[in-house]
Amino acid sequence: MSVIRNRYAIVGQPTPLIDGIEKVTGTAKYTADLFPKEALVGRILRSPHSHARIIHIDTEAARALPGVRAVITGADCPFTYGVLPVAMNEYPLAREYVRYRGEPLAAVAAVNEETAVAALALIRIDVEELPAYYTTAAARAPDAIALHANKPGNIEREVHHRFGDVEGGFAAADLVREGVYRCAEVAHGQMELNAALVDYEPERDHVTIWSTTQVPYYLHLMLARCLAMDMSRIRVIKPFVGGGFGARVETLNFEIIAALLARAAGGKIALRLSREETFLTHRGRPETEIRLKLGLTRAGKIIACACEVVQRGGAYSGYGIITILYAGALLHGLYAIPAISYDGFRVNVNLPPCGAMRGHGSVDVRFAFEALLDSMAREIGLDPIAVRRANLLAAPCQTMNGLRIESYGLGECLDWVERASGWRGRRGRLGPGRGLGMACSHYVSGAAKPIHWTGEPHAVVHLRLDFDGGITLLTGAADIGQGSSTVMTQAAAEVLGIRLDRVRVIAADSMLTPKDNGSYSSRVTFMVGNATIDAARALLARLTEAAAERLGVAQSMIVCENEVFYVAADDGASLSFAEVAQAALARDGGAITVKGSFSCPIEFQGGTHKGGAVGATMGFSYAAQAVEVAVDAETGMVTVERVWVAQDCGFAINPLAVEGQIQGAVWMGMGQAIGEETRYENGLPVHASLLDYRVPTIVESPPITLHIVESIDPNGPFGAKEASEGALAGFLPAFANAIADALGLDITTLPITPDRLLDALAKRQRAQRLAKAMEEIA
Amino acid sequence: MPDDKIAARKRVLAFHLNGSEQEILVADHMLLLDTLRETLGMTGTKRGCDGGECGACTVLIDGRPRLSCLTRAEECAGHHVETIEGLATNGQMSPLQRAFHERLGTQCGYCTPGMIMAAEGLLRAQPMPDERAIRSGLAGNLCRCTGYVKIIEAVQEAAGAATCP
Repeated sequence: MSVIRNRYAIVGQPTPLIDGIEKVTGTAKYTADLFPKEALVGRILRSPHSHARIIHIDTEAARALPGVRAVITGADCPFTYGVLPVAMNEYPLAREYVRYRGEPLAAVAAVNEETAVAALALIRIDVEELPAYYTTAAARAPDAIALHANKPGNIEREVHHRFGDVEGGFAAADLVREGVYRCAEVAHGQMELNAALVDYEPERDHVTIWSTTQVPYYLHLMLARCLAMDMSRIRVIKPFVGGGFGARVETLNFEIIAALLARAAGGKIALRLSREETFLTHRGRPETEIRLKLGLTRAGKIIACACEVVQRGGAYSGYGIITILYAGALLHGLYAIPAISYDGFRVNVNLPPCGAMRGHGSVDVRFAFEALLDSMAREIGLDPIAVRRANLLAAPCQTMNGLRIESYGLGECLDWVERASGWRGRRGRLGPGRGLGMACSHYVSGAAKPIHWTGEPHAVVHLRLDFDGGITLLTGAADIGQGSSTVMTQAAAEVLGIRLDRVRVIAADSMLTPKDNGSYSSRVTFMVGNATIDAARALLARLTEAAAERLGVAQSMIVCENEVFYVAADDGASLSFAEVAQAALARDGGAITVKGSFSCPIEFQGGTHKGGAVGATMGFSYAAQAVEVAVDAETGMVTVERVWVAQDCGFAINPLAVEGQIQGAVWMGMGQAIGEETRYENGLPVHASLLDYRVPTIVESPPITLHIVESIDPNGPFGAKEASEGALAGFLPAFANAIADALGLDITTLPITPDRLLDALAKRQRAQRLAKAMEEIA
Repeated sequence: MPDDKIAARKRVLAFHLNGSEQEILVADHMLLLDTLRETLGMTGTKRGCDGGECGACTVLIDGRPRLSCLTRAEECAGHHVETIEGLATNGQMSPLQRAFHERLGTQCGYCTPGMIMAAEGLLRAQPMPDERAIRSGLAGNLCRCTGYVKIIEAVQEAAGAATCP
């Protein structure tokens, strides 16, 4: 791809983040860094009950406490909020029923933290306790009462999709195997605590909110809904955000509570959640059980797949319907499989609501799929990489469920991983307790159909040029550390032929920047990147017109490179960027603002079946990875020694950030594989600190060697696709397959903590002894 | 009538902060983290947990990495406290700051001030640490973005830059 890379001056170059200096010098302002001294302190009272009918909440004593400025309960907000219009079943503060321990019941605003805490203690709650369910089995039991009246059996959503002749496929297969796989619930563990600052100005009935959000536009919508305010009276600003990983892709209760409190108190509210409360707000990846059946030919071709998924969704919908649809939709699009059936069940239980987390919906299913496929490959005696090669897609193509694949670099990813990991010489030969495993994965570059469908473009970018020769890029896109503002800067500078530092970004302030749907489903580089190119071309046209007029030649003769406008095939005439900018401003009547936009065409928006829009995208990223482990069979400790990962991201606009994203994704997959897990005792979270919820430290994090494959997607900006999510899911099965290589033991439950591994080894030993005894008897 | 409760609540604290003498009023038992962020308005030092879990609030006290969320301000009387705001000199980023920026040792940036301060403490004690020493020196600092790969590279680069003028 070096030919293509050389076409560009700026994109394709490793580029430090444009906001990196603020981060390393400590001047970057995150939400809690903006809290003014005069702001009132907000605090939330949370339910001690998992499931109860609220009889009365007495706030009188709290209101009477000196220093308390406002106390609010569910009575102050009769509006629900949520993600899908059909599933907004959550109140910012519980009304009538409380459905999980930790659900907000009331909130106070006080002059200081001490007073706020004292006020919370004065609030009396009177409830009638109801039966609570913490497992999907208990919630689905025939005698279980429904958490939500319109969800009988506590099924939030059932999905049944059939594509191709699944039964015929199994009948024709040489080997059919079925496995049950379980993945624990995990949390994002973003480093920045949830926080919001709200300034309510009663004199003009106006709200300004600064919040830790990935989706300022959705926050704006939900604030307007829950405050019953006109959207033009609300301003949403996203300052620096300390990570998201999906935790912040929906409006969260604390953001609405802060706004309600500010209005009730008639002033400014600073609301910072503790780490425990940040865990309680949750929206993590649900506990998932997968029953998977695959049919293989002797040559390793997958000819049938039947998958049933049960997700423990928590007490409210959130993104749940989309998660359970993703789990089935992304069985497609990685390999060529002629028959796939999917049955999905999203179940409500009395636990904090799950939501979207990096690799949304696809991760646990991919673990099951790649682990079972590997196990079957071993049974047939085929090399795992050869089996994947036997099932590659031929792009461009369309899957049975209507997903379009325009670029597909998985074959190249496999080739590199095979070479780099020394696969052929090393797998199965690493000696006792060591193993090498591999797996593949994929992910979307943005959901092609927006959740909130208005008919507007999917992304809009403004560029403004004024007297100082600086170009201001205005975007609603939320940079949460992934480097989206840097990518947009590069894209604009590349198209305009100007220096990177001539572009400055103003992002995610609803008063200044055009609407953007937000940072989710890895949509920003693809969609906002394309909108940026569109805007930059529009500005370049204005500049070129001015330059052509000044030089007295046709516009088509003008070339701009490295801030010089010159006449093609003419050595003499040229103008500097400053000269052209000045000419353009004079010609256009002052400051120039142009707009660029992007929309995914309808043919990319998925199948026509119910739920067919989920999984649809304009470009899939592809990844393959190999993981090497060392297992101590005495202690059950598994050490990840090394990872080799290749990802097809279409084109790396910023290779430095692409590397960082891929490493981070693989590593996050590792956390889920080796130890991360939420745990509840009767609905009480016992994991809600970073000591109990074990995010990997630097000590146990392996070297990750990576390779970027550039398949140049025909629709991506400069050919780019996503780079932040696709490699995550592959780690889990590659890790399990490495343990299988080391011990000959199939891993079906994650995380593989030492106690679980020892249990699995003991179970195998018992089974072996039993088999031997039976043999002797026979 | 004087309010004894208010009068008794605060004491004078004198200490060195990023090389300058500071004399401020602090409440008894106030944490150094809150003193820096709220009393002094120095928000570079971050809070990422409920106490001693994540390392985001790491500062140097007398040149050694300490968690400001587990340190009472009054313990710092007479001592030298350094924060992320004090690392750049004469408008130049420190070698660690430059390396974290250029090698993408920072993504979202939230753990970065604590991570850089912990690394600064490490490099002062051990100017050329091997990879194992870097891992051990940063073991108490969590990062959720990078997988630590580029953090290790950044520290290695800064160590090299500091010793090769």
